[in-house]
Amino acid sequence: MASLRDLRRRIRSVQNTQKITKAMELVAAARMRRAQERVTASRPYADEVTSIMAELMRRSPEYKHPFLEVREVRNRVIVLITTDRGLVGALNSNNTRLALREMNESSVPVSVVTIGRKGRDLIRRLRRNLIAEVSDIGFQPGIGDVLPAVRVAIDAYEKGEADQVDMVYARFISAGRQVATLQRLIPVEPPEGAEKAAADFEYEPEPKDVLDALLPRYVEAQVYRAVLENIASEQAAKIIAMRNATDNAADLITDLTLTANKVRQTSITTELMEIVGGAAALEA
Amino acid sequence: MAKLQVELVTAERRVLSQEADFVLAPGADGDLGVLPRHIPLLTTLKTGEVMVRNEGREEYLFVAGGFLEVLPDKVVILADVAERAEDIDEARAEEARKRAEELLQHEPENVEAAAILEREVLRLRVAEIRRHRRDRPSGPPPSE
Repeated sequence: MASLRDLRRRIRSVQNTQKITKAMELVAAARMRRAQERVTASRPYADEVTSIMAELMRRSPEYKHPFLEVREVRNRVIVLITTDRGLVGALNSNNTRLALREMNESSVPVSVVTIGRKGRDLIRRLRRNLIAEVSDIGFQPGIGDVLPAVRVAIDAYEKGEADQVDMVYARFISAGRQVATLQRLIPVEPPEGAEKAAADFEYEPEPKDVLDALLPRYVEAQVYRAVLENIASEQAAKIIAMRNATDNAADLITDLTLTANKVRQTSITTELMEIVGGAAALEA
Repeated sequence: MAKLQVELVTAERRVLSQEADFVLAPGADGDLGVLPRHIPLLTTLKTGEVMVRNEGREEYLFVAGGFLEVLPDKVVILADVAERAEDIDEARAEEARKRAEELLQHEPENVEAAAILEREVLRLRVAEIRRHRRDRPSGPPPSE
């Protein structure tokens, strides 16, 4: 049996760990709130881009931008969004599992663009075709931090190196629920936006030019929102993971304390027995 | 008098949301002035300054690319980059301008440097207009 000193040392060490996990839980809670605010703040832009796009597509349905054209799929790109850091429960493995299943079931070659270190490391380890990666974007990225990765995916599509682009991220449903989600990026699925009240727009230069400029922004805004949601999910998952860790530490401390008390009592009993035994021997 | 509701948003946040009497924006085919009851219009934006006037008070913003949507009672600006004049760090802009000029001297065909230069010169101009305004005592609104 472990000595009393060792047990006490273990208890102290677990208590320290518990303090850390508790602190991490609180930090994650604060960050999650901020991440949610950022998701909300990005919404007006995305909504507006979507509604203008719906309007344009209604206005000139005959014009087919390459992004709207569904072509035979010979190559694909998946944008895999993961976190930079661990300790987030099953969040990253859910995302990567979904992406890998999609890749394995695909009949055509799939290249990968990763946003976040965890996904990058895995794809590299598996020796899959990684064409671009962005990592260390922190928990408050600007759209500029995300754009390089999106650019590579869009370029691949424009050059005909890929005929379909999807992304995988953890959708934030609530603080308790995050779902790994696969979403099509290109070809762009026409949004069912609310129609504008004033229908007849003047365009400068031409509707086509406006649409040409709008579509890449639409794709970029989608990815940016997904990254922000993934960050909110990351923090939510971290809260849960850290709360579990804190609870486990508490259980461990209880167990260890019980054991320590037992060891202490045993040694006291043994000492008493020795004293009583010694005294009895003297009297005899 | 009718007013315009102006919304200026970027992918990251809402930069400005207010009422206005007049909006000036750098459209793809030239600068555009928008008054209330303008016909619906959609255009792409160049890099430049946006001016929003409300009851004689003018606010200047720097935008780099994006879209302008005009409805009779509303103006929506979707900017790739947008900064209010008062937030523009003049020292930083000045430094970037110098860097771009140096680049241009070494490689006259450097298109990217030319773009940086153009952007930073504009940034500075917006900031200067802003400073100019600050120096002036806020009197009655200028007559149109």
